[in-house]
Amino acid sequence: MPQDTLNQDFATILVFLVFGALFVIANMVLVGRLIRSKTKYTEGKSTVYECGEPTFGSAFVRFDIRFYVLAVVFAIFDVEVVFLFPWAAVMKSLGPVAWLEAAAFVGVLGVGLAYIWRKGDIDWIPAHGHTRQAGKTLPGELTTVPTDGVPAATIPAIATPAVAEAR
Amino acid sequence: MGVQIAFWLFAILVAGTALYAAVAPKIVHAAFSLMATFFGVAGIYAILGSDFLAVTQVLVYVGGIMVLIVFGVLLTDRVPEEYKVVAPRRWLPALIAGGLCFAAIAGALKSTVWPISSSTPLGDATSTVEGIGRSLLTDYLIPFEFASILLLVVLVGAARLARGQVR
Amino acid sequence: MLPQVTTAHYIVLSALLFAIGLFGVVTRKNVVVILMGLELMLNAANLAFVAFSRHHGNLQGQVFTFFVIAVAAAEAAVALSILMALFRLKGSVTLDDATELKG
Repeated sequence: MPQDTLNQDFATILVFLVFGALFVIANMVLVGRLIRSKTKYTEGKSTVYECGEPTFGSAFVRFDIRFYVLAVVFAIFDVEVVFLFPWAAVMKSLGPVAWLEAAAFVGVLGVGLAYIWRKGDIDWIPAHGHTRQAGKTLPGELTTVPTDGVPAATIPAIATPAVAEAR
Repeated sequence: MGVQIAFWLFAILVAGTALYAAVAPKIVHAAFSLMATFFGVAGIYAILGSDFLAVTQVLVYVGGIMVLIVFGVLLTDRVPEEYKVVAPRRWLPALIAGGLCFAAIAGALKSTVWPISSSTPLGDATSTVEGIGRSLLTDYLIPFEFASILLLVVLVGAARLARGQVR
Repeated sequence: MLPQVTTAHYIVLSALLFAIGLFGVVTRKNVVVILMGLELMLNAANLAFVAFSRHHGNLQGQVFTFFVIAVAAAEAAVALSILMALFRLKGSVTLDDATELKG
């Protein structure tokens, strides 16, 4: 068993993490206690904003499923980037063969990007302006969005997926 | 000495947050506890001298998979009063299964004679990125290219499944 | 003075992580949390791979872990997409609501 040695760079990061955490905790618990005003707790203090827009409903509202598709796209290309890091480290020493291998890798994923693009999953602005109407669910949306008693009409119009009847 | 302190710090972090993720009544809490577990595992990788895997762990698990899981929680979780996720009847079998599993590994560990490695230790002075890159592009070229095909299939399939209807 | 950290320490930690993950998978009913338990078990296996890679002084274990991480990301993406489909169908993601095929 080789002797473990903590990599210097990671040791630095660890020191920063520990001191960062200590700094936050010390300021919140100790310094904050000395500085903050001694007024009593009131109902108003627990609201999100002490002034401005009153909030309504629960924060546990489900949101549009399109965000999930974007998250999948992000996760996949995240993995692709991670695969390219070791390639980049040895690219020069392995020569043009390594370049071709990585090109094949990226090319295959490029097909995926083309598919996603073609299907409109990464379109942010819908192809034809189309806003949410009360009581109407849109394609691609979960049908059971809880609005906590708030009529659907009060939900601000949200840009909706580029519906692809056109395609 | 520093290595020992770092190991026990991260071991306690990993075990504690993993346990909380497994028993937390609120799913969101379990998700964020799991994020701390992933960070802790990255720390253990760093102690083990595999700097590249530590970074990969943070990038893919904390950056990608956690985002997916949090999206999954937010998109499918019910309103807070319906948090009844733990099945009390299954505690006993689960404890037995988990305990047996742990006991089996620990027992095997105890009866194993550890061969002492004569090879040179890893990652003491240099980074492991070059070594991994070289392996990926030579010995493990086929898995490397197949990984991109896997990612392509996942990208198309997951987007299609999440979208929910044929476009 | 703390004792020297050996490979056995890492393997015990890995076994503990695996047992916790298994416990979570068996006890929980929500599919998202079951997926989290699976990720814990994958991490436990990865930890063992890296520890043994260190022990034997070669990189194969780390390369394997690298592929496992990539496959875990793919698995999470597909699993959660299936979950979305299940949720769309059933309106919930607890296992008890998906028992159509039960004999």
